[in-house]
Amino acid sequence: MARQIGDVIVDLQNISLRFGGVKALTDISFNVREHEIRSIIGPNGAGKSSMLNVINGVYHPQEGQIFFKGALRKKMEPHEAAEQGIARTFQNIALFKGMTVLDNIMTGRNLKMKCNFLQHALYWGAAQKEEIAHRIKVEEVIEFLEIQDIRKTPVGRLPYGLQKRVELARALAAEPHILLLDEPMAGMNVEEKQDMCRFILDVNDQFGTTIVLIEHDMGVVMDISDRVVVLDYGKKIGDGEPDEVKNNPEVIKAYLGTAH
Amino acid sequence: MLYREAGQFKASYAEDSQIFPIRQDKIGFWVLMLVFGVAVPLLANQYWLKAILIPVLIFSLAAIGLNILTGYAGQLSLGSAAFMAVGAFAAYNFILRIEGMPFLVALVLAGGTAALVGILFGLPSLRIKGFYLAVATLAAQFFIVWALVKFPWFSNNSSSGVVTAQDVTILGYTFATPEAKYILTFLIVAFMALLAKNMVRSSTGRAWMAVRDMDVAAQVIGFRLMRTKLLAFAVSSFYCGVAGALYAYTYIGTVEPEGFNLDLSFKILFMIIIGGVGSIMGSFLGAAFIVLLPIFLDNVIPMIFGDALGAGFVSNFQLIVFGGLIIFFLIVEPHGLARLWQIAKEKLRLWPFPH
Repeated sequence: MARQIGDVIVDLQNISLRFGGVKALTDISFNVREHEIRSIIGPNGAGKSSMLNVINGVYHPQEGQIFFKGALRKKMEPHEAAEQGIARTFQNIALFKGMTVLDNIMTGRNLKMKCNFLQHALYWGAAQKEEIAHRIKVEEVIEFLEIQDIRKTPVGRLPYGLQKRVELARALAAEPHILLLDEPMAGMNVEEKQDMCRFILDVNDQFGTTIVLIEHDMGVVMDISDRVVVLDYGKKIGDGEPDEVKNNPEVIKAYLGTAH
Repeated sequence: MLYREAGQFKASYAEDSQIFPIRQDKIGFWVLMLVFGVAVPLLANQYWLKAILIPVLIFSLAAIGLNILTGYAGQLSLGSAAFMAVGAFAAYNFILRIEGMPFLVALVLAGGTAALVGILFGLPSLRIKGFYLAVATLAAQFFIVWALVKFPWFSNNSSSGVVTAQDVTILGYTFATPEAKYILTFLIVAFMALLAKNMVRSSTGRAWMAVRDMDVAAQVIGFRLMRTKLLAFAVSSFYCGVAGALYAYTYIGTVEPEGFNLDLSFKILFMIIIGGVGSIMGSFLGAAFIVLLPIFLDNVIPMIFGDALGAGFVSNFQLIVFGGLIIFFLIVEPHGLARLWQIAKEKLRLWPFPH
């Protein structure tokens, strides 16, 4: 089935973000279309993670506008972004270390759970029914990511590659429209990277999830992305399809330097 | 050999998410309930009921309260005793001032009052964490005790600040004997422990643990930090408040604000450290341990050393043992007795064939 890339779903216009005197992002504009895989690349400190943090409301840019599904987005908190269907993973794994894999993934569905704490305290009836209904959904995600055998293991005991996968599972459990992945393949070996690529492509293909991806492995980025935006020192220096970006002299300069 | 789960298959998610998924645990649990619910009140003497079992149950409830806040939601608190005081004095005043107030309703209202005070003193947690929050709850500890002493209205203008708990009467039956008080305490504590367990194994508890483990990520996946933290403060204080009311009504009978001092808060904190941070069962183990250890030492030290050492030495020695144990648990097993029990169970599953 060929994916149909849809309309622009997130449109960032002239975003500038400063921390005191440090300019993290300067006048950046780009958009993300529905169902596409959009990569953000750039050298260390280029502002890639800040860019994701702007999209899901962790940082609030001083200048610029964000249009989400065509509507101008006001200043929002991270949980509001989550309510609108934006999920993400983190560069340094941000799992809940003291909880099992299953519980971690269940937290991903918290916004869809409607019972209050008194119903939870009594448990029988509505709360149990809800818990089981969501457990079934979570089990689908577990099966999709092939982590059935570790579902009762505390995440702190898992190796790095699996933790990354559990974090993806937690994000997927929310059934997001947009998935922001911050270096999902950092520190993985070739096989783990292949698995992760397969999962990302499957998610995109089967669920039609829009994916915004930060990644340093150029092979992966050029292979799986529909479009790539390149940042350097907080400025946008390239934007387009992988081939286009690969031959952009500015990009080559940022990565390889120039002859003097 | 006996502790095997082989052949016990879970055919539904409901079965898989039971509190005791393994049959032997379930049997063990009901045996314990029968022993402590039926056999103990029939067999135990008054000293055991009054001086050991009732306080263990009440402190277990307070420890569950603190465990919800500190163990599950990760918010360090040194104000548990103050919230107990709020519960004790609130129950006293509700029963005193409202004609025909049923005891159980007063108990719930006392917990509710403590919950409101808990929310108030939980507000700093929205801005500060860890040790700094502990200092803010320390303020709660001193302020509440001070307020209860300062305004005689709370103790019905009793000149010494000491109040005597009224009779505990439910549906015309007065719980006067230690046996009756024990059963009442046992039922309330068991019921509330079950509610706590249910909360921590469902979405409420996952929200607390998520905030404890990584608050930024919790926010990003949609938990509201403010609501989650304040709910933890409210529920925790509710439990401490009910524990405080029981402390007054079924345990010592006469209470004064100074009785709920910082020492008691620390004692409850030690209970969860030794019992197990983030474990409902650990709260019981810790409370039992802390209540029983001094009694144990009182009996054992004279047995070994004779009377030569004197009572003063024995009580100091208790403190030394306490301090030593706290350090031991923090270093060796930060998850406390509950974790040791879990490890024992994992070993038992394999015993006697370790491979």
